[in-house]
Amino acid sequence: MPEGITSRSYDVVVIGGGPAGLAAAIKAWEKGLRTLVVETRDRLGGIPLQCIHLGFGIHYFKEDLTGPEFVYRFIDKLIGTYIDYTVKSYVNKALYISPFEKKLEIITPRNTEVIETKTIIYTAGARERTRYEIGITGPNPAGIMTAGEAQTLMDMYGVMPGKKILIVGSGDVGLIMARRFVLEGAEVVGVVEILPYPSGLMRNVQQCLIDYGIPLLLSHMVTAVKQRDGRVSSAIVVEVDENFKPKPGTEQEIECDTIVIATGLRPRTKLLEELGARIDPRTKGPVVNEYYETTVPGVFAAGNALIINDYVDYAVEQGEIAAEAAAKYVSEKGIKIKKPVQVELGRNMRLIVPQILTLTNDALFYGRVAKPEENVWLIFRELGIQIPQLKVLPSIMIRQKIRLDKLEELIDSKLTIEVIPRG
Amino acid sequence: MARQVKKIICIVCPRGCEITVEIEDGEIKSIKGYTCPLGKKYAEKEVVNPERILMSVVKCINGDLPVVSVKTSKPIPLSMMKKASKALSDVSVEAPVKIGDKIIDNLLDLGVEVVATRPCNEERRAE
Ligand code: SF4
Repeated sequence: MPEGITSRSYDVVVIGGGPAGLAAAIKAWEKGLRTLVVETRDRLGGIPLQCIHLGFGIHYFKEDLTGPEFVYRFIDKLIGTYIDYTVKSYVNKALYISPFEKKLEIITPRNTEVIETKTIIYTAGARERTRYEIGITGPNPAGIMTAGEAQTLMDMYGVMPGKKILIVGSGDVGLIMARRFVLEGAEVVGVVEILPYPSGLMRNVQQCLIDYGIPLLLSHMVTAVKQRDGRVSSAIVVEVDENFKPKPGTEQEIECDTIVIATGLRPRTKLLEELGARIDPRTKGPVVNEYYETTVPGVFAAGNALIINDYVDYAVEQGEIAAEAAAKYVSEKGIKIKKPVQVELGRNMRLIVPQILTLTNDALFYGRVAKPEENVWLIFRELGIQIPQLKVLPSIMIRQKIRLDKLEELIDSKLTIEVIPRG
Repeated sequence: MARQVKKIICIVCPRGCEITVEIEDGEIKSIKGYTCPLGKKYAEKEVVNPERILMSVVKCINGDLPVVSVKTSKPIPLSMMKKASKALSDVSVEAPVKIGDKIIDNLLDLGVEVVATRPCNEERRAE
């Protein structure tokens, strides 16, 4: 289908044309919903377009694909349907009128359109944390950017952002970019991580840092950036104690012309907040039930706008669940609640979705622990479910499905999820 | 001859098992720490001849983006990664490019192809 908005009203509008949004749109269309996808960039695909490394699709396609290869499987499928999509387009305003009527003002390169929709699936992804959020204040010379910005420059537009790079944060994007810089002939002087362990996967520590002898400075932070002629010239790096306080006398000045911030992502929630959705201070995304429906009826969320995911496969899976829920919402006139249940975080659990349950559907939980542990039980306390785990790490998401027939045994109005040592 | 213990991290899947390989007189004596057979196979290869798939970009002429992303069809020796990447910086292709299109037949005589991983359409001229 060629690009364009062909109708005044839709069953579902998917906001964000990345993996979660594409998967949601295709599933919604298969379920017979009139579907529109709104994407801000000049093409569909989202962030995987610029993730040229392998590691995508191992769960979903049982194949190891690069980001573009993965996401084009969805784009090619979508183009073969009658799903409407509009790129270089932006939802400027979202208004909740009633459970079956939401109004969206969409700015496109052609005009501004006001359309109506019964449901919304919000898949606008995440934004990167900036230097200011990790306490690197002061002047703003050229040469400070986020890992995603560096990736866009290099792998979408073929522009090298610098020659001597310091990376702040050891999340997977930072590690992947460290390797990209080295292979493109730049020098990576180090990866600085405030935590005593890397935030990214160990395989990326191996194949992106150890393979090329890039130093990983654990328990270190950048306290200041120096500049020369308007460009970064060095960073002051210091070791920290277990309370993240700088250790006196450990300061060192590291020469570099570029500082790449790779300290994690935050769900984008502006539009959800405008619609009145409640935000979870832990996930920083919306509070949702097992349909990934936010606290605003008929407004769903999936992908990194819902929770920061480890794998694109999870974003796709959430998109599909949200789309099936949107179809149910349209045909059954809303999501009914059998019994409202609050999901609570117990020992060593840092965050979880869904945060509330209606007890009318299977629940697919995604969560993260607060600290690394070995030989533990993952426990759903009020259900008496215990699942052994060899190792839990904050960098590895917990994904656990609990089927409706099990959930229905719940007598309490809360469900506590916790991690307890075995033995 | 000397006994050697090599610690490696398996990169086959995201689990990232830490595998310890004991080598005596150039022969593998024991492999520990892997969770699945793929890890054992990986470790055997890794201690002798580590290999990686190279992922990069090459210039795309008249494309809707200035570069197209590529990968090697098979892993190449880790020691060749920088050299191979450098070789790719001199390569350019003409749009349109489709996913899977062969960009290079035999990269540096390593016996691997380089294939496109992202489409690059012809640039739309302004009307
Ligand atoms: S040994 Fe098996 S489970 Fe462990 S990282 Fe390698 S492939 Fe994955």
